[in-house]
Formats: sequence, structure tokens, C-alpha cells
Amino acid sequence: MSTSKSKSTKKAVKKTVKKAKSAIAPKSAAAKPAGKAAPVASASEFMAYAYAMEAEAAERYAEFADSMETHNNREVAELFRKLSRIEQRHADQIMEQMGWKQSPATAADVRWRGMEGPETADPTELHYLMQPYHALQIALLNEKRARDFFAHLAKVTKDAGVRKGALEMEEDEAEHVRLIEEWIKRTPVPDDNWETDPDPPMLSD
Amino acid sequence: MNSAVVAAPLTAQAFKSDYKPIWCPGCGDYSVLSSFTKAFAKLNLLPENIAVVSGIGCSSRIPAYTNCYGFHGVHGRSLAAAAGLKLARPDLTVVVASGDGDGYSIGGNHFLHACRRNVDLTYVVMDNHVYGMTKGQPSPTTEPDWDSKLSPGGTGLRTFNPLVIALAAGANFVARAFAGDPNGTAELIAEAIRTPGFSFVEILSPCVTFRPEQREWKQMVRPAPVTTTDDAARAARRLMTDDGLNIGVLYKGDRAPYQPPIGKGKKRPSDLEAEFAQ
Repeated sequence: MSTSKSKSTKKAVKKTVKKAKSAIAPKSAAAKPAGKAAPVASASEFMAYAYAMEAEAAERYAEFADSMETHNNREVAELFRKLSRIEQRHADQIMEQMGWKQSPATAADVRWRGMEGPETADPTELHYLMQPYHALQIALLNEKRARDFFAHLAKVTKDAGVRKGALEMEEDEAEHVRLIEEWIKRTPVPDDNWETDPDPPMLSD
Repeated sequence: MNSAVVAAPLTAQAFKSDYKPIWCPGCGDYSVLSSFTKAFAKLNLLPENIAVVSGIGCSSRIPAYTNCYGFHGVHGRSLAAAAGLKLARPDLTVVVASGDGDGYSIGGNHFLHACRRNVDLTYVVMDNHVYGMTKGQPSPTTEPDWDSKLSPGGTGLRTFNPLVIALAAGANFVARAFAGDPNGTAELIAEAIRTPGFSFVEILSPCVTFRPEQREWKQMVRPAPVTTTDDAARAARRLMTDDGLNIGVLYKGDRAPYQPPIGKGKKRPSDLEAEFAQ
């Protein structure tokens, strides 16, 4: 593997951790091609957003799991699969709580201020040799962004129902942050050469 | 079946096949696949009414990952196959998937004339400025100073500007998208399909294996600071000064798509089939 690639990937992982410390979801992406953040007018609309956010996160983790399975990184694949199931369960809980028979919105219908929902993982952070520790760092970043998103919404909304829902969701996401931090403590930290591949894909090496 | 019963629109997931992509983890093409299926769902299309045609390269694997009709064709020749298909079966929605090597190098000549002919196709090029499948050679959109062991010191060659070329050659719809924005990209693809004639959508799709620095694109792209124009001269001026990171619909014309002459002694595919069967 090339040196430039190693440096770049390590930089990306470091950046992930750095972002986790400071990101506020609505401001997380520098580019905002999806348009401005849509105003949330009612508690019902708020829950539709929350549903879309959880469903999009579940779908992305499932894609990550598929990708890791294809590349025989089964441990990380199973972890992403688990995260997908957890996010899908959250989406299902919202459906049940609201008594919805059909999903109210898909992520494609919702206009986030950034490119995707605050809980949706960035696909470019993946690496075929990544370890559970890295996957959990990605999950931690997503949960923190989700928590901060709801905190921000609770602060700016003028609707009491939206504020109540946002505060509850903020609390839930804060709990998820705590659980993932605990999970990370139980997970081995990769050594410095984690991305060294004795049979790299680069012809030029 | 009761014809009064209207089936519920399909979800994006319903357009995906059971084959799992084998792209490198982190590749932008995963998101482009997702954008394809979201666009199809948004347009309430059915898989049996769509054909996804491709050439060769990482991006050209897409037909296998959808459950639409697919044609994984010859390197650089996807547009020729797609044009023939669309003219023979105008009822199908034909979407062509390509990459910067397949589409702008070996397929460059087909690209020019497909724009000129203006057949009602949507051409999606996943541009990562490198030949990924063949291990990292420079492509027509690679920067002249990109240094690698396969191109020490860079090629020193001026980059190909696909949007300007498409506009000059007569494409009816010209847009740029970013793979890291799958929902926005889906909207652009849907608009491209809805627009009659030859629609060209260039998607910046990072190759994290050979161009890991492209991870930074998500911090660099921005919505085009201008509204869509139908004035080709104005669009050309904008595109000539564009830094390659503005995303959105950059030109949308109203040129009528090419229609083959019908009923003038031309043989239909069914006639040819009957001849072969004799």
C-alpha cells in the first residue's frame, strides 16, 4: 500500500474522531447542495423527520455490512449489520408510536441542510481492513451528530410539541453516545499498522 | 387482474438486484447505485420498463446490481448500444452508466456523436479521474500533475472538460452531481430522465483506493451559484470558467430528440427477426 494512501486514511480516521468532538449536525457538511434545512412545523412532521433519519442510517449501515462481507471482513460486517438492526428498530418504534401503517417519508423526500441525515454514516470513511474500533468511531460520530441535531432543533423551534419531541430524542441519542463509548472501551485499539496489506491492490506498489 | 387496482409505487430498494456490489469499501459508486434506484422510484417507473446499459470499468458494473434490464457492453461502446436500443424500443427508459476512462477516452467519439444526435437517453458518467479497475492509470480527466508510479511526475496533459464538450456537441441537458449527496444526485438523475433528448450527468465519484485524496471532495463541492440556463452561449461561458466543483443543472435546452423515420420502408426489428428465422 502506498505511503500517501496510508497517510490519507489515517488522516481520515483522525478527522472522524475530531469531527465527533465538535460536529453539530446541521452544520457538519461544508457543501449544502440539498438546500436549506426545511422548517419543522409540527410534532407529526418532526417524527417523520426522525423516522427518515433512522431509516436512512439503517440502510447505510446495511450497505456497509454488505460491502464488508464482500471483502471478507466478517467481524466488521457483523458489527455494521448489528448497527443497522438497531437503527431499523428505532425507525420501527417511531412507526409504532405514531400509529403509522406506511412510512411517512423516505430520506430522499426530506431536505437536510447537509447532504444527508445527521445520523447517516459517510461511505468514504470505510476501509477494507478496518477493525471494529474504526466502525464504532463512525457510529459514535453519527450518534453525536444526531444528538446535537435534536439539541439544536429543541433550541430553535417555536413549536412546543416539536421542542418536547426533540428533547426526548436528544436524550435518547445521548444515551446511544454513552453506550457506544462504553462499547469502544471494551474494543481493542488497532495498532499503527492496521491497514498494512501484504498483498495490496496497488499495481504501482 | 382487476385493472382498477393501482399498485403502490415501488421503493428504491425494489430496484436493486440480489447481487451485492464488489466495489472497494468507500467507493462513490455505491452511492450512485443508490441514486439510480431512488430516481427510478421517484419517477414511479417499473424495472421492466427500464434498461441500464454500460461499457467496461468499475462504474459499468451497475446494470448487474439493478433488477432492470441490463446490458454490460463493450469498452467505450455503451452509447452505441443504448442508442440502438432506444430507437428500437422507444417505450423503454434507457439509462447509460459509464466512467471517465470508458466514456471519455475509448468512448470519446461515441460521446460526441451521441450528444449531436440527441437520442432520448440519460448518460451518467461516474468520474473519479482515474482508471480504477485496471489499477490506477491516468484517465482523460486526471490532473496533469497527478504523480503516481504509473505516471511519474504526472502526464503533463491538459484535462478533458466533459461538460463543455457535451454542451458544444449538442447535449440537451448538462449537469454535475456528487456521489456523496445521493439524494441530490437522485433528483438530478430523475430530472435528466424527465428531460427529452440526450441528458448528460457527470457525477464526481471518489475512488478511495487510488485517489484517497478525493475523500476531501465532500468539503469542496458546492451548489452551482447560478440558475439553470437554456442559453447555450451563457452556459458555455460559465462552464469554461468552472472549477469542476459546482454541482447542479448547468444547462437545459429544448431541442427535440432524434426520432427515426417510421413507415418509409424501414425494416422494424421484428421484420429482421423474421428474416433470420427463415
